[in-house]
Amino acid sequence: MSAQTNKESLIKIENMSLEYGESINSTLALKNINLEINKGEFICVLGPSGCGKSSLLKCIAGYVKPTSGRVLMQGKEVDGPDWHRGVVFQSPTLYPWMTVNENVEFGPKMRDLPKTEIKEIREFFLDEVNLSGFGENYTFELSGGMKQRVAIARVLANYPQVVLMDEPFGALDALTRENMQNLIRNIWKENNTTIFFITHDVDEALLLANRAVVMSKQPGEIIKIFNVDFTNQIFEKGSKEVIYNEDYFEVKNEIMDIIHSQID
Amino acid sequence: MALNKKKNNKQKEKPAANHPKVNRESEKNKKTKTEKALTFITWASIFLTWYIITKLGIFTPTLLPGPARVWMAFLRILENGYNGVPLWLHLGASFKRLFVALFFAIFTAVPLGLLSGYFDKVEAVIDSVVEFYRPLPPLAYYTLLVLWFGIDDTSKQILLFLAGFAPIYIACVSAVRKLNQDFVLSARSLGAAQKDVFFKIVLPASLPEIFTGIRTAFGVAYTTLVSSEMVAATSGIGWMVLDASNFLKSDVIFVGIIIMGITGVIIDAGLRFLERKIIFWKGHV
Ligand SMILES: Nc1ncnc2c1ncn2[C@@H]1O[C@H](COP(=O)(O)OP(=O)(O)O)[C@@H](O)[C@H]1O
Ligand SMILES: [Mg+2]
Repeated sequence: MSAQTNKESLIKIENMSLEYGESINSTLALKNINLEINKGEFICVLGPSGCGKSSLLKCIAGYVKPTSGRVLMQGKEVDGPDWHRGVVFQSPTLYPWMTVNENVEFGPKMRDLPKTEIKEIREFFLDEVNLSGFGENYTFELSGGMKQRVAIARVLANYPQVVLMDEPFGALDALTRENMQNLIRNIWKENNTTIFFITHDVDEALLLANRAVVMSKQPGEIIKIFNVDFTNQIFEKGSKEVIYNEDYFEVKNEIMDIIHSQID
Repeated sequence: MALNKKKNNKQKEKPAANHPKVNRESEKNKKTKTEKALTFITWASIFLTWYIITKLGIFTPTLLPGPARVWMAFLRILENGYNGVPLWLHLGASFKRLFVALFFAIFTAVPLGLLSGYFDKVEAVIDSVVEFYRPLPPLAYYTLLVLWFGIDDTSKQILLFLAGFAPIYIACVSAVRKLNQDFVLSARSLGAAQKDVFFKIVLPASLPEIFTGIRTAFGVAYTTLVSSEMVAATSGIGWMVLDASNFLKSDVIFVGIIIMGITGVIIDAGLRFLERKIIFWKGHV
């Protein structure tokens, strides 16, 4: 699989720490983070709530500046948000004054692509998230899962180098969540996208990731990184029966133990 | 892997044609039957009380004219005008002042207010000035404006402009302050430059509050208009009422006040209608 064979480094986080606020009232959110994201990887980040997962994503996205250390993208230091790093928020930030089509076209339009190309891209990614035919609807007419799919299509329409997702399925019901997990796995496989995905659900991480990063409680440090392959197995077999095998339980229990040791 | 290689086993959603449309208009403004009936009863009682008081003869008709007298006065003014000037010219004079002033107020207060909310330095320049003159009763500085710009429309339009500017400006500043920052961040991550963020995100997201500001401005400017016409004018609906009171024509005063009330309600209804059409997504942010 392409994800395994070429290990081209995309994002490199070096000795990064992040502190919110000034002196007395400051919170150390992240401590000494070192992480490399390679092209085509699906990285899931796990950790107790409040451990700094969102903060880590915001540093990569360029929304906040690390207090020390740095985030490099293809050798260049990240300085503010740009379209090479697409972001999907937990609650979709679709623009209600635009139709689904206009939302998906927003990125390509901002980059002044030719009209015909914008239309092709829009059609392609709406189809990719199974929403062809909904283009003329307004986003508030859609269900939660459909909204999140529009948000994903909108980000993909820019062909970003990496897609950063902050608990994107956290607000969805179990059934929708499972469909969304299959959808994002298929998109990742078909388009060879690089995905950085935050979740607090161990199963979700193991069903999607090829690397699962486990963080400590605040201040967030990386405790352990697991290389896993369940997502490829699920993709090939077309069902998630792998979760009933021994390897899966072993990894899951180890991660659970780490996280539980961090709470209390 | 090839970009457009698709899997066939994807389950497709049903296309939009079978999809139940939700009502795109805000439903908050729709009143139920009982509420409509209550409003109607309220007004019926007001008219009835008015009628009974005049029938009992507590006040002389010169002080409190009955509904019939007011109606007659209205028909008379409609036919012959007031002071030789047709009614629609009085109304036209008033509305011209109102709309010209509000047009300029909207087109200056909206950009300045949004910019103030966006850039602290712009706010530092404008905010204190607005905060200073906003609580002043407009008539307090109207006398100065009349001295400088004369008794004609210019002084009134500047007065109404100032009266309408403040509420719109303040609404815009607060709209930007309350803006969901994730809208801005997501737009930046989609490649939007500062300018695009301002026009494509900040401006539309602020529209609901801007509209509330405009409606408030209309209300403030309308009352200011009528008072200014009572202080210094030779035409307009406010002047008509003042002139009538000088000659104790209380039926004309009643006609004037009722016309002012009804036109105020009509203007606000028009603005609410526009709001529902333009900001159909209100409440879905
Ligand atoms: N803007 C902020 N200002 C101050 N403290 C913050 C801010 N954002 C997050 N924090 C703090 O940083 C820590 C990590 O938060 P966050 O990254 O949101 O964690 P997670 O996403 O893992 O739940 C928490 O203790 C939180 O209270
Ligand atoms: Mg979080």
